[in-house]
Amino acid sequence: MSAALSLQNLWVEYGDKVVLERINLEIEEGSFVSIIGPSGAGKSSLLRVVLGQEAPTTGTILLDGKPLNSECGPDRGVVFQRYSVFPHLTVLGNVLFGLECVQAPLAARLFGAQRKAAVAEAEEMLAAVGLSDSLHLFPAQMSGGMQQRLAIAQALIKRPRILLLDEPFGALDPGIRSDMHALITRLWREYSLTIIMVTHDIREAFTLGTRVLALDKLRHDPHAPHRYGASVAYDIPIEKKNVLPEDIDLGVKSDCSVEIMASITVDKTNNN
Amino acid sequence: MRWVNRRISRGNNLLLGSIPILILVIIYLLAAAERHSINPSDKLLPLPGAMVQAMWGLLFEPDQLTGRLLFWADTFASLQRLGLGLGISTLSALLVGLLLGILPPVRATFGMLVTGIAVIPPIALLPILFIAFGLGEAAKVALIVIGVAPFMIRDIAAHIGSLPREQIIKAQTLGASTWQLILRVALPQAMPRLIQAVRLSLGPAWVFLISAEAIASDIGLGYRIFLVRRYLAMDVILPYVAWIALIAVAIDFLLARSSRSLFPWAHGASH
Repeated sequence: MSAALSLQNLWVEYGDKVVLERINLEIEEGSFVSIIGPSGAGKSSLLRVVLGQEAPTTGTILLDGKPLNSECGPDRGVVFQRYSVFPHLTVLGNVLFGLECVQAPLAARLFGAQRKAAVAEAEEMLAAVGLSDSLHLFPAQMSGGMQQRLAIAQALIKRPRILLLDEPFGALDPGIRSDMHALITRLWREYSLTIIMVTHDIREAFTLGTRVLALDKLRHDPHAPHRYGASVAYDIPIEKKNVLPEDIDLGVKSDCSVEIMASITVDKTNNN
Repeated sequence: MRWVNRRISRGNNLLLGSIPILILVIIYLLAAAERHSINPSDKLLPLPGAMVQAMWGLLFEPDQLTGRLLFWADTFASLQRLGLGLGISTLSALLVGLLLGILPPVRATFGMLVTGIAVIPPIALLPILFIAFGLGEAAKVALIVIGVAPFMIRDIAAHIGSLPREQIIKAQTLGASTWQLILRVALPQAMPRLIQAVRLSLGPAWVFLISAEAIASDIGLGYRIFLVRRYLAMDVILPYVAWIALIAVAIDFLLARSSRSLFPWAHGASH
């Protein structure tokens, strides 16, 4: 296993406010990293910086040993909590978009045999996320869970080096959420993905991740709350037994993660 | 049942909607009959017969001076000006609004200019237009364009500017260039809003059209109304106004229909 993504001495500041400080991380190929932490601890900032939506104030990010430029690109896929899919395209159109962009720089549309091949590829991807029956629906006609499935398929069709998930299941019902957990775990194995997921749900973080990062402020100045930023407070590797997706169940893992969760919760209250 | 919860069926909707119109027509007829019983040659509230008689000449008898059927010539001239004015406005709104909305450098450069133009009362520019373009068609079309285009441009720019940031980011992670983003993400989502903006601009566009025709013209619906005003010819003015209203409603209806059929995704989940 080699480091796919490497963050070196990363700082993110907005004016006087330090959000993240001294982030040093090596993210290995094929790992599933969950990022947790209290609100305002810079989880989403970290994700935005890796995504290229924002540039870090200082520090470097290396993807496969090469420094990232601060612009989004097809090497990093993303699924947001909301607004990830295009409302004016059908399910098939949403997935085709990524293929059309690369193959047709001017028209951004494919025709004839090229289109046929792209449609076949998109349909295969949609079958993998369980949307084979909804190819011609618009996102507004689908439930939140189906929209997130679509967003995942849309991102995966580009075969990104890293898939970034920003609270992807936060807005879903508990039942749908566990379906989605099984889905993302299956896709992660089948496509050997490297995933970084930001979540509020500690249980979800431990269930899915092979490594859990807890972001929090290590230094705290009560007179200047923004003087110090958050950094990695805990870096917890999770033993993943070679379980099949259907074996991954919230009940199985919760026992072993409760203690760790407790320790984090204590720390969180101290720092806030 | 509470009134807020009452649902009206399609048939009843039509019936209820026509009641106030019918009442207004009846009130008008009663008032007209009342005035005519006192003064049979009353001109202010003409009876339907007089209107038909006055309009008959304009509709079917060629004008002695020009040989044209005036009503149709007026309608054609006005619709041509309106169509040109709205067409140019729509195209410029799409082009400028789209670029202003999606490209921050363009917004920084031209945003203030567009806002500045938008706050000038267009009628105040009419003399400049007449001086610059003469009294011909160009000045009238230009007035409509100056009157409605800035509003439409700002509306489209604001709509595109408020597209969720997530969508723009997502498109880039799917490999979209700026051009592809404009073509496949911004443009299609601007279209239903553009039709909406045209619908809202129809009213102001008619105002500017009638104003321009009233001031300097020799043909057009507005010209005719302001011409026959000199003779208190309400029997021509009222049918003309009704005709303008009918055209405006028809255009609005067609725009709404085409938006629904062309962009079903923009009109809720019930398509």
